[in-house]
Amino acid sequence: MGDYVRQLQLPGESSDFSRRQPLALRLHLDLPLLLLLALLTGFGLFVLYSASGQKMPALIRQGQYFLLAYCVMFAAAQIDLKRYQRWSPWFYLLGVLLLVGVIFFGVGAKGAQRWLSVGGFRFQPSEILKLVMPLTVAWYLSSRALPPRFKYVLACLLLVALPSVLILLQPDLGTALLIAASGLFVLFMAGIGWAYIVGAFVLACLSAWPVWMYVLKDYQKQRILTLLNPESDKLGAGWNIIQSKTAIGSGGWEGKGWLNGTQSQLDFLPESHTDFIIAVLAEEFGMRGVLVLIALYLLIVLRGFWIAVNAKSNFGCMVAGSITLTFFVYIFVNMGMVAGLLPVVGVPLPLVSAGGTSVVTLMAGFGVLMAVATSDSGRR
Amino acid sequence: MPQHIPLKDPGGEARLFITRILFSVLLVLALLGVILARYYDLQINDYEIYRTQSDRNRVQLQPLPPKRGLIYDRNGVLLADNRPSHILSIVRERVEDLDATLAELQTLLPISESDLENFQQKLQRRRPYEAVPLRFRLTEEERALLAVNRHRMPGVTVDAQLVRHYPHGPLFSHAVGYVGRINEQEAQSLDERDYRGTFHVGKVGVEKFYEDLLHGEVGYQNVETNAHGRVLRVLERFDPVPGADITLHLDFELQQTALEALGEQRGAVVAIDPWTGGVLALVSTPGFDTNLFVNGISSADYQALRNSPDVPLFNRAIQGQYPPGSTVKPMMAMAGLQAGLVTPETTVPDPGWYSLPGDSRRYRDWILKIRGTGHAPRVDMHMAVAESCDVYFYDLARRLTIDRMHEYLSGYGLGKRTQVDTTNERPGVLPSTRWKRDAMNQPWYPGETLSAGIGQGYMLATPMQLAAATSVLATRGQWRTPRLLRSVAGQELPNEPVETLSAPPAYWEAVHESMRAVVHSARGTARKIGEGIRYEMASKTGTSQVIGIAQNAIYVEADVAERHRNHGLFIAFAPYEAPTIAVAVIVENGGGASAASPIARAVLDAWLVDDPEPVDGVAEEQTDG
Repeated sequence: MGDYVRQLQLPGESSDFSRRQPLALRLHLDLPLLLLLALLTGFGLFVLYSASGQKMPALIRQGQYFLLAYCVMFAAAQIDLKRYQRWSPWFYLLGVLLLVGVIFFGVGAKGAQRWLSVGGFRFQPSEILKLVMPLTVAWYLSSRALPPRFKYVLACLLLVALPSVLILLQPDLGTALLIAASGLFVLFMAGIGWAYIVGAFVLACLSAWPVWMYVLKDYQKQRILTLLNPESDKLGAGWNIIQSKTAIGSGGWEGKGWLNGTQSQLDFLPESHTDFIIAVLAEEFGMRGVLVLIALYLLIVLRGFWIAVNAKSNFGCMVAGSITLTFFVYIFVNMGMVAGLLPVVGVPLPLVSAGGTSVVTLMAGFGVLMAVATSDSGRR
Repeated sequence: MPQHIPLKDPGGEARLFITRILFSVLLVLALLGVILARYYDLQINDYEIYRTQSDRNRVQLQPLPPKRGLIYDRNGVLLADNRPSHILSIVRERVEDLDATLAELQTLLPISESDLENFQQKLQRRRPYEAVPLRFRLTEEERALLAVNRHRMPGVTVDAQLVRHYPHGPLFSHAVGYVGRINEQEAQSLDERDYRGTFHVGKVGVEKFYEDLLHGEVGYQNVETNAHGRVLRVLERFDPVPGADITLHLDFELQQTALEALGEQRGAVVAIDPWTGGVLALVSTPGFDTNLFVNGISSADYQALRNSPDVPLFNRAIQGQYPPGSTVKPMMAMAGLQAGLVTPETTVPDPGWYSLPGDSRRYRDWILKIRGTGHAPRVDMHMAVAESCDVYFYDLARRLTIDRMHEYLSGYGLGKRTQVDTTNERPGVLPSTRWKRDAMNQPWYPGETLSAGIGQGYMLATPMQLAAATSVLATRGQWRTPRLLRSVAGQELPNEPVETLSAPPAYWEAVHESMRAVVHSARGTARKIGEGIRYEMASKTGTSQVIGIAQNAIYVEADVAERHRNHGLFIAFAPYEAPTIAVAVIVENGGGASAASPIARAVLDAWLVDDPEPVDGVAEEQTDG
């Protein structure tokens, strides 16, 4: 693949590239991706300022998170892919142990134990898995012929299931599904047969009934019911969806203007600066703003796939593909739930919603993407 | 196919990855298409719907209650003003669980049954997102408590509203009346638009009679609210038109004097400016603090007022119907002159009793009990009024007959409501044969004419009627409807007189002279109050027998004797030559007129004498001379 791309470069431009690209390469940065991320995070801060009730401190804090996240990304980009490959099983083990620790020693709120507290510093072990899961599955498959044989697929499913179930026990359905998805995406990239994929889809549909009956908690069922008919409980569970749909719809094509969104500025919109921030954007910038955001996301996703296609190793390709797809799942689930297409789950709008954890994790993922993009090790 | 070979196949794997990535790109594009379609649907197709919904969300039409007009006395003393009062209200739409919220509020501050009842009623009639008042007059402490707990109770608001306040408490309770919370019945009759946002309405007295003037016109504002119902911005505003400030004829000082003079006694004083009909004083004792009623009286307070044997809620000045007794005698004398039955010189023999021709029953004069004889062998009109001779008027009444008596005395406004501008006035009774047939389905008996001649029997009059009648005497036959309202927003209101009685001046002079002698003569029945007086008055004493117990009063064993005592009455106008005030006083169970006359003197002094201590001053002058 790499040779193919090199052949595409025009002779006249090569000197121009040779001066710039080496620097970016030396710093292990993918400039187009970096530019897109900078645009997205800048736009995000802009929206966040309005969504947080025009509070400067909230903006500064988010700016600090971004700063930290870019540092993490930069650091993650410096690490050689081989090291990722070598370390991932150990991190996987560590992550699983910590998840077990959460079950026994975890702290949390609202009936869920998701945090570990070490020396006054609290963190969610599940965040580690978000990155480690695709790395580990990719590590497992990278030394095997692709598409993987059945027993290897089974082993991968076990690798995916173990932490997912542990997270499900916290309980944190949303994160468990996201982490499981990031592992399964690696399998998908690895080329498991369509029969598996179709079969899994059919199985998921069939299991819907028992899951509804025995697995889902009341509040989770409520969210799904609310999705189907938000009017049924206007001031309760349906309130959020009614208000966010009103915010989005009333934005129209042009939007009400920055800082002029009545739904968000007057507190009608709940969680306006976190999970529901897309509604603020849609209200204040209108459909135009939504299109700009989607375009940015699409370009980032396409760049991610480009990096995956051009990866010099199977490991890099699978990891890059999975990280990109997971990133897209965030976008789809968040935009879908705020617009009333999907049930409300705690998924932030990536790199726009306020909050440090998700930003750092996501940017670490992009750091790995950049490591894939700029690594020349690990030939297939 | 290469896939089945367990060896690494880089070319095959590369193709595989490209296929999967291509598939992923297609999937991403498809799902983004779904998202875009959804946002297009919301933002473009249903834009109008959501735009409207969002406006309805934030913009709220709020009524702006008008400021109620102030009430002043004739000298600009404030009798009723508005003070800010904090009201606890609930916006039903923003409350998740109303019962829980109410229960929680009750743990924070007292909420009475009537508060709750009132609230539930109003809840049924509210508009969406309208705040419904639950508790009025929050104390500082209660407000602090609510402020602290407010975040836990969405939909609960505390607003300041101007609420009626009566700075002088019981002094003007019967003169001005009061406002109270709008009840269910009133809510149905009041204009719903005008009373949006208004919680109070005039219930009694001037407050009720001039409700339309005092209320003003409601205003509206479009406000932007946040999800918690807090007003953030006023988008559009139509100011309310405040109610008109009104000035009454009432005189604060006169009112106070009358109240003090009545003291602990039950009774009433009405003073009228005879040339304008303006009511200068309207006092009924005991009074009560009208402020109690503004925000819903507690049932304990209300029971205390209702069950008091002194019936403080009863406005004796306009609702109390008493036999006028001898106070009708000047009017009777005038009727006799007008009818040509007597001249001022006509005399009647007075043995101390009278009987109808062909009837042996003796109708006694009040003096017979005291002196054992009449006032004098022969009594003329002057003496008959000055000394309150019954026999003279028995004779005159018999000759006048009851129906002509009715006709002449009607000219003084007796027997019908004076139409004074306040509420709950009663008409009294001016009997006639027709009245008795209509009211009791009985024929008139001649003996009843004699009783009527001295203001007893069926005849009943309110203090207001007596004061108005005294004004007619003072103005020599001009009737003016008594008026509490003097001016609206500075605009004086005319009160055109009606000539109800026309008679030669000589007749009036004769009657006035006889009334002057009541105080200013050696044998006048009220000569005692003439001591040290610096002006002259025309007056008449009256005593009315208590047949039953006063209106809706309650028997209390120990009080029965006291409550069977006669009522004391007194009417007067002064100064004699150019009257500026006419007054009627009644003291329930006062024993006789001597209980009422000093009160009238005090009121007249307050009106006519500038010197704060006139009586002493005169007395000294006399001793010096």
